[in-house]
Amino acid sequence: MDDEHQRLIRLKPNLQRRALIYEFTRTFFREGGFLEVETPVRVPAVAPELNIAPFESEGWFLATSPELYMKRLLAAGYDKLFQFSRCFRKGERGRWHNPEFTLLEWYHTGADYLQMLNDTEKLVTVLASRLGLGVRIRYQNQNIDLTMPWQRITVHEAFTSAAGWGPVTESDPLRFDTDLVTKVIPSFAGQPTILLEYPATMASLARLKAGGPGVAERGEVFIAGLEIANAYSELRDYQEQESRFQKEIEHIQKEEGRKAAIPRQFLKALRHLPECGGIALGMDRLVMLLCDAGSIDDVMAFIDDSA
Amino acid sequence: MEIEDVRKGTKFLIDDIPHRVEEAEFVKPGKGQALYRLKLRNLFDNSVINRTYRSGEKVDEVHTEIYKGQYLYKEGDQYIFMDTENFEQHYINEETLGDKRLFLKEGTVVAVTMLGEKPLEIELPITVELKVVKSAVTTRTDTITAQYKPVQLETGATVDVPVFVQEGDLIKVDTRTGKYVERISTKK
Repeated sequence: MDDEHQRLIRLKPNLQRRALIYEFTRTFFREGGFLEVETPVRVPAVAPELNIAPFESEGWFLATSPELYMKRLLAAGYDKLFQFSRCFRKGERGRWHNPEFTLLEWYHTGADYLQMLNDTEKLVTVLASRLGLGVRIRYQNQNIDLTMPWQRITVHEAFTSAAGWGPVTESDPLRFDTDLVTKVIPSFAGQPTILLEYPATMASLARLKAGGPGVAERGEVFIAGLEIANAYSELRDYQEQESRFQKEIEHIQKEEGRKAAIPRQFLKALRHLPECGGIALGMDRLVMLLCDAGSIDDVMAFIDDSA
Repeated sequence: MEIEDVRKGTKFLIDDIPHRVEEAEFVKPGKGQALYRLKLRNLFDNSVINRTYRSGEKVDEVHTEIYKGQYLYKEGDQYIFMDTENFEQHYINEETLGDKRLFLKEGTVVAVTMLGEKPLEIELPITVELKVVKSAVTTRTDTITAQYKPVQLETGATVDVPVFVQEGDLIKVDTRTGKYVERISTKK
């Protein structure tokens, strides 16, 4: 009890800043013409994804991301949406993870993943400036220069130079993750970096690049070693999406021994999805960055301490 | 054991050499697999390595036994301990003991962790009583500002003590923190 008391008092400046970040983020999107929405947290099916395990809830699941519902709204004609969404992922706990966390997602019809990444660059810079931090910030003893444009590099280039192999031509998902974490991300040092064009096998819900050599229009933002956001030019081909889900479900069954189902309602809506870009940004990590907090525990009042 | 169950303090074998986890960090690319970045201490030579494990990997847990051992004496860089039940003696080298040796006095009974026939590490009593052998001279100005001064103990450790403690005094020290607890007796 006393420990909790002390901890909560110590966190107050971070929680106050967190509230400001939310406020400024809302302003940023409202001014850009985006509508704030809310979608269900408890859902009958999540997007089947290997390595993302949902919590079960009376035969349903806790949302791992609001993505499918956001796209159902877009399919119904909404054109610019954003949402702060509580998400849940089983077994994810560490300095940068809590099994319950907040994703900020936004979608824009007519946009592609590059535009979503440009939005992110702007959002982070605007937040840092409104908080009085300027473009040069300190994070865990590193100097971070947020001056735009941020470094952009393809997955192929980044891996070839930092890890000595190209994952687009040479598929090795296990080695990909290890090298990403131990070699590629550290090579960015204090430079905010956007990784572009993930291998087609890692496209997830992104469309493949037309005429591209087996890559998807998917990009990720890294700042000071933190993975901040993941953007797609959204896949609209429902048949391809269904076949990707099917493959993923087989993988999940084989590798994790867990059953997953096709989200039918979503696939139905996908037929009407206009061309659009979407992005998911880890709010807790963004708050960590802007509070110079070394652990997610320092930006959340109550964390999962069952681990 | 599964890598998921590894925590700080867990011991497991790498190429038959026991290692203890000093730090464990969970890292996971959003769409990728869970990875565990471990800082591991080799329990034979005290060296430190960093290794990254993938979710689902297994490691060989170390099965150890612990006995109560009395520290007898030092021979070269080897410290000799005796099992207080069967009187068997084991040698532990200076590197393995690390800083713990600085609080180790002949006759002290400690917990010795054994891997088969090989001693891995010792656990000191929470507090030990040790004699002050050397104390810095405190000047009058020091006593106004500083409440503590460093002294050297018979086992080689240096600790900060209140200024009233003198050479020849017996003091109690917390071995977990290396900090002074109280004075037991003073030199007559």
